[in-house]
Amino acid sequence: MKVNGSLHAPPLDPRRLLSDHLRHDLGLTGTHVGCEHGVCGCCTVLLDGEPVRSCLMLAVQAEGHEVSTVEGLAAAGAPLHPVQQAFHECQGLQCGFCTPGFLMSVVGLLAQHPDPTPEQVEEAIAGNLCRCTGYASIRRAVHRAAELSGK
Amino acid sequence: MKPPRFEYHAPSTVEEACELLGSLEDAKVLAGGQSLIPLLNFRLAQPAHLVDINRLPGLDAIYERDGGVAVQALARQAAVEDSEVAAHVCPLLTAAVRLVAHRVIRNRGTVCGSIAHADPASELPAVLLALGGHVIGRSARGDRIIDAGDLFKGVFETALAADELLVEAWFPASSGAFAIVEESRRHGDFALAGAVRASGRLALFGVAPTPVLADPANPGRGLQPSGDLEATPEFRLHLVRVLTERVFAA
Repeated sequence: MKVNGSLHAPPLDPRRLLSDHLRHDLGLTGTHVGCEHGVCGCCTVLLDGEPVRSCLMLAVQAEGHEVSTVEGLAAAGAPLHPVQQAFHECQGLQCGFCTPGFLMSVVGLLAQHPDPTPEQVEEAIAGNLCRCTGYASIRRAVHRAAELSGK
Repeated sequence: MKPPRFEYHAPSTVEEACELLGSLEDAKVLAGGQSLIPLLNFRLAQPAHLVDINRLPGLDAIYERDGGVAVQALARQAAVEDSEVAAHVCPLLTAAVRLVAHRVIRNRGTVCGSIAHADPASELPAVLLALGGHVIGRSARGDRIIDAGDLFKGVFETALAADELLVEAWFPASSGAFAIVEESRRHGDFALAGAVRASGRLALFGVAPTPVLADPANPGRGLQPSGDLEATPEFRLHLVRVLTERVFAA
């Protein structure tokens, strides 16, 4: 499977969840794990460009596919990805635990709807839980991300 | 490892998948996995074998058939949500799919998987029942059509045999008035109770071990919904009355 552009062998044990494979085998700890049953959205990654829950997939199922994680959004030292930049500007995060999942969900949303309506934004982030910010600043960040991505 | 031990199989043809289901003891089909993987993570399900059908080719079509819309086993809920054929032929299905969890879950979850999983609180089995649709079960013995009315047998139980793969669900056109409403604690959660109207037919979900057809004039008759931390049986019966009024006012 390809993760952030580089090829990796799948894990030997088919029981390995994609989320655990990314974190424990590949050291990509940016993908967070919260509820581990698909409710919180922290572990959201892109599978062939579409946001999916990495805790609800076996890593072996990603073989032959392309996985993108939060680490793939911007290289170390490079300018932030427009979605990251927008969350930074609008203070769309506080403790940051849920943020990787939000970022990946929003990258997926903007790929499908580059100029989303407020309803589309709410629908897209409804599956991500944040317990600090209260969502208002996150919503603002998503619209700002659409602006920045359009430039 | 969170999931229990299982042997993993990834067949590359439908025939091979059916052979595996016919020969393996205690096998579960893995489609979208949005219900099965959590059950594995919690070890509520401990199948000896997983037959992953995600690598089967040409099994993700959504197409018009016999005046309805047919949805194949690997058509993701998100694809059905965006399908023009589904929206044109069976807008009730489109409306119902939007109530299933969240978009990120729907990117992976399948319509046929929701039906085969047969969660009593799930929307899509109730929609299939309200419309009088059917599913096709395929095995080495051949194809078998199972009407929605004969499909749902109990909590997470269907009439599909152990060697049968649900390859297609068929939803008749929602030609008359239709509506689906549900009540849940949070957006995207499982419904405490829900109602589907297809013309004069009413199906309820979340209030019995399976989705049930009900009399619109007296929808609560004969129902004995269970109670849990989120809703008492009385509250569920109240919801049945209110939701039925709403779908018939729509």
